[in-house]
Amino acid sequence: MIKSAPQALENVRICDFTGQLAGAGATKILAAFGAEVIRIEDPVHRGKWDILRGVPPWVGDARGLEAGGAFNNHNAGKLGITLNLREPRAKELLRELVAVSDAVTENFAAGVMERLGFGYESLREIRNDIVYVSNNGFGATGPYSPFKSWGPIAQAVSGLTHTSGLPDLPPAGWGYSFMDHTGGYYMATAILMGLLHRQRTGEGQWVDLACSEAAGTLNGVATLDATVNQRPMRRSGMPNSNRSQSPQMAPHGIWQTRGEDEWVAIAVRHDEDWKALSGVINEPWSTEKRWERLQDRVSDESELEQRLAAWVITHDRREIAERLVDAGVPAAPVLKPQERIEFDRRTIDLWVTVDHTEIGQAKVEGLPVSLSETPWSVTRGAACLGEHNDYVFGELLGLHKQEIASLAEEGVI
Amino acid sequence: MPSVSTQSVLSGYRVVELASERCALAGKLLADMGAEVIVVEPPEGCATRSWEPYAKDEAGTENSLHWWHYNTSKKSVVLDLDNSSDAQSFRSLVASCDVVIEAEPLGRLDAMGLDWGQLSNTNSELIWTSITHHGRDGADPPSTDLTVLAEGGPVWSCGYDDHQIAPIRGGGNQAFHTACHYAVPSILAALLWREGSGTGQLIDVSMLGAANVTTEFATLWWLNGESQVERQTGRHALPTMTEPTQIQCADGKWFNTGVPPRNKQEFKALRTWIEDLGLVKQCGVYEILKLGDQFERIGLLELDDDPLAGEVFHAGREAIEFLGTHLPAYELFVGLQQRGMACGIVYSPDEMIADPHFIERGFPHEIDYETRNARYTHPGAPYRFSNTPWAASRAPHLGEHQAVIDNLSG
Repeated sequence: MIKSAPQALENVRICDFTGQLAGAGATKILAAFGAEVIRIEDPVHRGKWDILRGVPPWVGDARGLEAGGAFNNHNAGKLGITLNLREPRAKELLRELVAVSDAVTENFAAGVMERLGFGYESLREIRNDIVYVSNNGFGATGPYSPFKSWGPIAQAVSGLTHTSGLPDLPPAGWGYSFMDHTGGYYMATAILMGLLHRQRTGEGQWVDLACSEAAGTLNGVATLDATVNQRPMRRSGMPNSNRSQSPQMAPHGIWQTRGEDEWVAIAVRHDEDWKALSGVINEPWSTEKRWERLQDRVSDESELEQRLAAWVITHDRREIAERLVDAGVPAAPVLKPQERIEFDRRTIDLWVTVDHTEIGQAKVEGLPVSLSETPWSVTRGAACLGEHNDYVFGELLGLHKQEIASLAEEGVI
Repeated sequence: MPSVSTQSVLSGYRVVELASERCALAGKLLADMGAEVIVVEPPEGCATRSWEPYAKDEAGTENSLHWWHYNTSKKSVVLDLDNSSDAQSFRSLVASCDVVIEAEPLGRLDAMGLDWGQLSNTNSELIWTSITHHGRDGADPPSTDLTVLAEGGPVWSCGYDDHQIAPIRGGGNQAFHTACHYAVPSILAALLWREGSGTGQLIDVSMLGAANVTTEFATLWWLNGESQVERQTGRHALPTMTEPTQIQCADGKWFNTGVPPRNKQEFKALRTWIEDLGLVKQCGVYEILKLGDQFERIGLLELDDDPLAGEVFHAGREAIEFLGTHLPAYELFVGLQQRGMACGIVYSPDEMIADPHFIERGFPHEIDYETRNARYTHPGAPYRFSNTPWAASRAPHLGEHQAVIDNLSG
């Protein structure tokens, strides 16, 4: 028999209230590393607090509460139970679950856990060394604490939207919830730091994570340019995020090639890159001396970009990228979803097939890392509503089968 | 509340980072939480020390704001790895540490006998973290943040409704950030496992992979239904074009209208605000807003089936756009949020850090630059730990902590 590899978090249990991507994305990573993540859903609203539950894109031909592709992706590998926390008995059961868990995680609006009677102080009374991580848009304190948020709002308020776009146009922003992904990464980091500290000292704690603050750390150089040099980001010619200001590179951008909505990205880092690129272009203008030095390319960047654009448009994006990479110049086609998911062999291990109890097999995202001793593993799809009630309430908390059945009848679970 | 712990989350751990723009954030995240992060620089200093912008626009090894931001709380030592004596010091340094983080060109360290394969023999607890283009077994094409985001998916989803305009790379070197955002939880998981097993391991992070799994619906719509998303100005790329969510307010600032009112309380709050502002007559949709009283909640999927719901929903959106033509973005943001509606002002990064909410929470973090007799404000903690606070001190001068090397045994 082949002994299966150990998992880094195989002794960790998470009592998990997270949903959407900003929260669920965090505990998905922990589950992939082997943690037992027990996700709690409200049976009255059939788990629909998570707006991704039971909505498109659908997995295959399946439809309904269990068939949402985003929900299945973000919750792969977790267990699922139901608890109607309006009921005193459900609160008792939650207390029992917290007592055998290492961490409690949630991304409700600020104050919801307090109102449910499970704020940090209450959690500590149940288990003194509990690690509690809350994640919301604006954090647990401050005047905007009650404000509502989701990815695009954290992105707007933090500066991430503003810094993505071209001059004299509206912000392009991020065409997806970058901060739901990244808020989740910070949340996973916070949970693991909390667990590591507890492992070493026996001490639990509360982590207050505000997605808009996590986002505010991601444009630090622009922030410092203002606080140190009094140079605000809102100035003529800025933002221009297809160019590169730190460090200066030119040309640096994305240009249209032959074909429908096809583009190539080219980054000329230094004068040697330019020499290689001008050699590949090999037209009279490209070999002119005036472009040899970075400072000259930067000062006439718009003209240079126009000339480059006129050359690029007559070529195939893959052919350009290959020729430039062969010449040592960073270049890449702008890949469309199908191209990178189905045809790029360099990332083939990322896309994994999971088994879902109701809808069968589905493809989800794995992790872009490999750990030599404790590999990640994602094999099971998201849990159906209450799918693991028998295991958690029975095996873990010791309730009898009949008791679990009557709790279901009474609407407690 | 419990008393604040005397030790930081990661105090006692030593991390060796080979200076590179690709892994600098990973080291910073660990250093700001208490790890001793020793960044190893070549004699001329890390290349990012020559990256603009500079403090007071004066070029110089100690003046790059890029260096300042990404290397807070770290120590700097200089080692010329091509020199055999320095290479030996590097071996000793690695033997003394818990975690290595590097993003060197593939094969460089191996050729010098300084890679994981050679150095893990002497330190079985070592956790070695490589950030590469697409894995240590892959090729190593010349690449930058831009090219990784282009071939990794994010660029396809970002841009404008007008597809004659190029798709956009989001600012801030986020390809490097995302790789580091996967490196750090992996390192922490490996440390947790090592606490029990006593065994280190190799962590191999793919930048291209990290970009690929950080595109939300572009991937989800392809994996589930083979639909291709299309980029749209300031909002989610989706298989179909949706209505704009970005408006320009009276002061010229942009604003994300978020989710317009969907229940009777929100419609009433919006209507009352228009009344309080004395704008009833100018607001063309004011009468339709009153019909919002009939709805407990308008479901977004019902808009096409229920003509009245659709009309009322759109009136709510138009009323917000109308208010935007009369109010500065900040007033619209706070006013709508206080009335329960999710929305956001589009701040620049420097405006965010000057906002009263984030100031009250202590997000702007002043760092002492004692050699300049100055204190400068940096972005603060991405998370707040109740017992073990985040803390950041200024980035090190080149070779400032060379004594670390002198003190190594062996």
